[in-house]
Amino acid sequence: MATHNSEIRGRSFGDRVLFGLVILLALAMAGPVLYVIALSLKDNKELMVDPHSVFHLPYTIKNYIDTVGTSNVFSWVLNSFIVAGGLTVLTLVLSSLAGYGFARLNFPGRDVLFVIVLLGLAVPEQAVLIARHQIFSWLGLHNTYPGLILPGLSSAFGVFLMTQYFRAIPKELDEAAILDNASRFRVFWKVLLPLTVPAQATLGIFTFLGAWNDYFWPLISATKKEMFTLTVGIASTQQNFAQSQGIGFLMAQAVFAGAPILIIYLFFQKYIVTAVSGAAVR
Amino acid sequence: MADAVNGTVRRAKSVDIYASQWRNFLFVAPYLFIFVAFLVFPLFWGIWLSFHKADTFSSGPFIGFGNYARLFRDGIFLQSIWNTFYFVFLTVPALALIGLFLALCLNRQTRSAAVLRTLFFSSSVLSVTIVTLIWRIVYIPDMGLLSMIYGFFGAKAPAFLSDPDIAMIGIAIATIWWCIGLPMMLFLSALQQIPQDIYEAAALDNANRWQTLRSITLPSIKRTFVLVVIIQIVFQFQLFGQAFLMTKGGPNNLTKPIVLYIYNTAFQRWDIGLGAAASEILFLLILVAAMAQFLLTRRKADA
Repeated sequence: MATHNSEIRGRSFGDRVLFGLVILLALAMAGPVLYVIALSLKDNKELMVDPHSVFHLPYTIKNYIDTVGTSNVFSWVLNSFIVAGGLTVLTLVLSSLAGYGFARLNFPGRDVLFVIVLLGLAVPEQAVLIARHQIFSWLGLHNTYPGLILPGLSSAFGVFLMTQYFRAIPKELDEAAILDNASRFRVFWKVLLPLTVPAQATLGIFTFLGAWNDYFWPLISATKKEMFTLTVGIASTQQNFAQSQGIGFLMAQAVFAGAPILIIYLFFQKYIVTAVSGAAVR
Repeated sequence: MADAVNGTVRRAKSVDIYASQWRNFLFVAPYLFIFVAFLVFPLFWGIWLSFHKADTFSSGPFIGFGNYARLFRDGIFLQSIWNTFYFVFLTVPALALIGLFLALCLNRQTRSAAVLRTLFFSSSVLSVTIVTLIWRIVYIPDMGLLSMIYGFFGAKAPAFLSDPDIAMIGIAIATIWWCIGLPMMLFLSALQQIPQDIYEAAALDNANRWQTLRSITLPSIKRTFVLVVIIQIVFQFQLFGQAFLMTKGGPNNLTKPIVLYIYNTAFQRWDIGLGAAASEILFLLILVAAMAQFLLTRRKADA
């Protein structure tokens, strides 16, 4: 597509400068990660004696064996999966129902309600966190899965996205089905929902990623170690950095925690990029 | 004749489909319940709290603007507002310009460009705890990657995170590393929407690359540039994790942003009323930027 001039005119001096700059930035991107992976493969004692030993053999997987054997990282991964997965599924269900309702059906006060929901998009999390924390204390929901899932479910973004999407589907489709005496729910379930799969994917990826990486709410709501999500758990292990069980061990935990999402990213890159940038410009 | 009758029936039916019915409300009811319980109610409850002396479970007496008055007499709060603006100033222009630069360089259909795009976006999927863990170990004095690189050139690495003059810069670098993917991708998708024939016309006119960039490419993505800047302002304004995990707001509160002030006040000192007042101030500041974004996207939709 972009048949760039460089290919037509050959490589000029300016091209090489730009190329060098991009490579430099790429090194700055990859360097810290490769460094951390290398650290995670080093013996802790050897690192203490000579930090430069990170650049050469011997490497070991001992830190990973210790991570799997001794740390809580597994239960944190599980908690993160339950919270992010639960939130994603529930968000898709509620947003699809509401999106269909707002886009296709009529009921008293619909348009006013929709505008109010849209205004909810402008409310940043920090504006409601303190009151929310108090409400969840009253309900006794801290340190529970519902306590970690429910706040994210109130986000208006999914409803907004699904309403837009349902509106874009031609009305003739549901009119024909309703003339065949299908119920509203049947039309929604059998006719329209299958057409919204792309929007479901966008919303699902965006919700899952956001919940997986969320830090503030789990930090204040999940205060018991066994309810930590991965973000809070990893943060809790790095409190006393230099004096901890060893840099290599700490880095093995970080790699262990970061790897799943990076692998998912490599496989579903296209969808993830579309979802995240689509959600950003909404 | 039969057609006309059929048409009338059809019209009557289709009017019926869109009739206003209470039953239809059931589709939106589940979401609206959650929306009201966990967003609308906390929003107003937070405003109410900010006018009261309150602790964890209950709220005390009404004190009017007392909490707000305390906030603006609190040097640390004022410092945190300044810190937040300083952080936005450090990160947002850099993110927009580097993102644009990368998009311009990587907007081609080669294998290497695709690999590099993947690389530059990859950090965006990591959580803040992993990003800060990576950068703390890079910055760590005497044995971190940075001090080894400086040592290679025979120099001493700056003490990012502990030197008061540059601690915020240290956080900003880690943040730019973390967030560069989204601006790049937004610019890339804007670049791909520029019609190719304009470039062909320019090539026929013997425009050089710099002229093409300045008079075609950049004007075409002006709106995206503003959008990227606003999105990043709103996002970076909410700085919390990096400062909390890398410096705890220190040294001397010089890297403490507003959200960390709120966290310290409400969830460590349990001064709920004061924390609520601080979060209303933050809300107002973010609302201004969000409004700008709304107006901008609106204009785009109309055009």
